[in-house]
Amino acid sequence: MTDPLSLDPVLSPQERGRLPFNEDLPHDERFEHFEAHVLAGGKVESTDWMPDEYRTGVLRFVEMHANSELMGVLPEREWLMRAPTLRRKLALTAKVQDEVGHAQLLYRVAEDLGKPREAMFDDLLAGKTKFHNVFHYPTRSWADIGVIAWLVDAAAIVAQQALRDSSYAPYARTMKKICWEESVHIMHGRDVVVTMVTGTDEQRAMLQEALDRWWGPLMQMHGPRSPREKDRDLHWRIKAKTSEELRQEFLTIYVPRILELGLTLPDSELRRDDDLGEWRYTEPDWQELRTVVTNHGPKSQERLEFRRVSREETRWVRETILRAAGAAA
Amino acid sequence: MSDQGAAGPGETGTLEPWEVFRREKEGDPMRHGGSVMAPDAQLAIHYARELYGRRQESVALWVVRRADVHELEDPDLLQPPLDRSFKKPGGHVMRDKLAAARERSGQPKPKAREG
Repeated sequence: MTDPLSLDPVLSPQERGRLPFNEDLPHDERFEHFEAHVLAGGKVESTDWMPDEYRTGVLRFVEMHANSELMGVLPEREWLMRAPTLRRKLALTAKVQDEVGHAQLLYRVAEDLGKPREAMFDDLLAGKTKFHNVFHYPTRSWADIGVIAWLVDAAAIVAQQALRDSSYAPYARTMKKICWEESVHIMHGRDVVVTMVTGTDEQRAMLQEALDRWWGPLMQMHGPRSPREKDRDLHWRIKAKTSEELRQEFLTIYVPRILELGLTLPDSELRRDDDLGEWRYTEPDWQELRTVVTNHGPKSQERLEFRRVSREETRWVRETILRAAGAAA
Repeated sequence: MSDQGAAGPGETGTLEPWEVFRREKEGDPMRHGGSVMAPDAQLAIHYARELYGRRQESVALWVVRRADVHELEDPDLLQPPLDRSFKKPGGHVMRDKLAAARERSGQPKPKAREG
């Protein structure tokens, strides 16, 4: 029987070139095919040829996301041993495990783009790569756990839902799984918040105080406005929405849900402008955002140091695993 | 305990990607879930269980060394440019011809089958 793979191609060179990204073509033409494919809504797999700009763009984006999942559990882990009930402790432990799991999934996506995991950990600790602003702040009370799980995760999920349609298919697939798990966290956080606002005056006050402290970082979280046409991540459809679109979406869904609980928001300018169909708010403190994400936040160094120590303390496990596998081979 | 862990420097294992497939519920096909890095199948299964099965979202998992997957991606063979509509149910359109046949035979259109 004839091996079908041994037959001459029947597609014309143009038709083959259109299916990205024919290695017989010169680089510029491959680039054009790739760009047209992505702009038309096409997907890219890790084994496909891709321009360096695209590869580094996806890598930077996914690596920052992975770092944020990894570092994001540190504020919450501070409350594992102080959770008020066994059920809350179980839920918070499961959430912490989920977030570390998300980091594992995302580092895996990033590794396939060519950067080893150990190099990503090195860069995180050296301050060469970043993690999200909200994970550089202290947690002061149990109410912080409710606000983080509900509103920080909500702000994150608004961004993450838009990533399920990323042009980089392995990332898009991973985001589907992650969004599903994050929706559980939001319910856990909202339950903590609703429980506290229906509790004692002291609990309500504790929650309001936490919300007042977190509102600034929450408004900064998606980043400053930037023109759509200048954003290369949007151009390559790595992400789908601008910072401002994400912030507006977050406000539209969550401001009413916060207000219905009788809580207040610490921004007298915050209101929906029905004529414009968008939210007005006091300009977030972008200098604070820059300070914090360059690891000059209140808890940046302490959390990085925790990460550094835990990496060293578990090094023997990774080395033992590799040695055992080497000996068995 | 044996001293299996005490291998020399030249005998260190290496991490490699393993593809993870999961069956969501009894009777479903295996679907690709993602991948894990592991030095062997035993640890790959362990990681796969943690990442793709810890909240009862899978009833079975497969892990396959990525290097053992054989891929066919040739568009000539998978997406040939010739008309293959005759291989699909939707490729056989006969509504108008059926109407003409009924008109010629004088028979009414059969009622939809009752399930």
